[in-house]
Amino acid sequence: MRYAYYPGCSLRGTGRAYEESLVAVFRALSVEIEEIDDWNCCGATTYMSVDELTSYALAARNLALAERDHTDIIAPCAACYLVLNKTQHYMREYPSIHLVVTRALGAIGLTYKGRVKVRHPLDILLNDVGVEAIAAKVKVPLNGLKVAPYYGCQIVRPYATFDDQRDPTSMDRLLSACGAKIVRYPLKTRCCGGSQKGTLPEVGLDLIHYLLMEAQKNGAEVISTVCPLCQFNLESFQKEAGDRHHPTSIPVLYFSQLLALALGAAPDSIGLQRGFVPIEPVLAGREITYA
Amino acid sequence: MELKRTVKFEADRDPEFARWVSHTVGGERIRHCLQCGLCSGKCPLSLYMDYTPRRLMHLSREGFKEEVLGSTSIWLCTACYACMVECPKKINVTHLLYALKERAIEEGRYPRRFAIPVMARQFSRMVRGRGRITESWLVLQVFMRTAIWRLLGMSRLGLKLLRAGRLPLRRETIQRQAEIATMLDSVATTRKELAL
Repeated sequence: MRYAYYPGCSLRGTGRAYEESLVAVFRALSVEIEEIDDWNCCGATTYMSVDELTSYALAARNLALAERDHTDIIAPCAACYLVLNKTQHYMREYPSIHLVVTRALGAIGLTYKGRVKVRHPLDILLNDVGVEAIAAKVKVPLNGLKVAPYYGCQIVRPYATFDDQRDPTSMDRLLSACGAKIVRYPLKTRCCGGSQKGTLPEVGLDLIHYLLMEAQKNGAEVISTVCPLCQFNLESFQKEAGDRHHPTSIPVLYFSQLLALALGAAPDSIGLQRGFVPIEPVLAGREITYA
Repeated sequence: MELKRTVKFEADRDPEFARWVSHTVGGERIRHCLQCGLCSGKCPLSLYMDYTPRRLMHLSREGFKEEVLGSTSIWLCTACYACMVECPKKINVTHLLYALKERAIEEGRYPRRFAIPVMARQFSRMVRGRGRITESWLVLQVFMRTAIWRLLGMSRLGLKLLRAGRLPLRRETIQRQAEIATMLDSVATTRKELAL
């Protein structure tokens, strides 16, 4: 199993722990990844709103670079995953977009034939590696740790084919295999507000708060996320959201951090120390004795 | 007391806008809208909007340009795609919202120092110049241009992020950065040629 790895900008900044833990998970499961040479920003949701056409060209440069190496792409960030997939769809559906993008790529000596698949780590782990193979490699069982699985929006909607768009369960299955207990979390695909906390703070804080409250109410000890922006929002603004509504204190980890922990990775090698709501008391309470 | 006519007249419509909506990416199927309201029901932001997605669909296709481009809804949309997944007529609601936002920015219809268009502009400049985004610089640039006083309130979080190694200050740049500008120029040329 070999894939082209597309980290995206957030995994080099606020989402560093996501990259660190994913790399640990892939290493433990012998999944080979190679970073796309000289990848560029996918444009994210922000670029789309100034200039949609250009954003497809930006995304396509990465697709073309991966195609040159004949590999499928792993895109862990929700926004990257969506934008790269959307570009694929739109190049197929709209001849005018196809033409604009093909010419832009041609200007820098690249071509794109549409052969690359853009995939999420959840998809790779579930369908290429398999739950059984992962369960067999668990060294530190999660001892019934109560997890609220939070998928957010752009992983499952609108293009993912590996999971249900309304009630996704891929993360549930992976974490259960590691011994976690999945709590009921009906808001699992509700939006966290994205960059709204920065641009329209009152609204952003409300959205963040509902998600935190719901997890706390249902007895979750930790929220597990798949997106750098969701993780950042839910973790960093708990106090602010709490001051406006009801206080919450719940650690928010990347699903890959929980997986890596179960597969025996050392906590500081997977960015556990980078969190703002400490996870150590929760792990100690469950008698999870990690490396 | 300011009194305003609350019923819209046929003459308030802008047929040109309606035509643009139904021909833009995302708007092609808008004629099929049943006004069922599933989009509004699923939208996590609709309770903050002046026109909910359902109403926005109707106003757009009928050409009520002023109402649509002046509404808060186009700025509140976070592109979470909940509406699009539910739409029984498979209308690309989210994509249309993108197009409306792009149009509103083009026409300069937003309050001064409004963070969303400012962020979009800074974001695209950084991508053009460096090929990648460095979050710390982007946030700094946006606050400097919108609400510099809020930087103070953000400084605690900034320090926490720095200490956790999550806010690198070194700016990310790709190696072949000239390629980005070349591509963007090519897009602009083709766009003009094809009048897209």
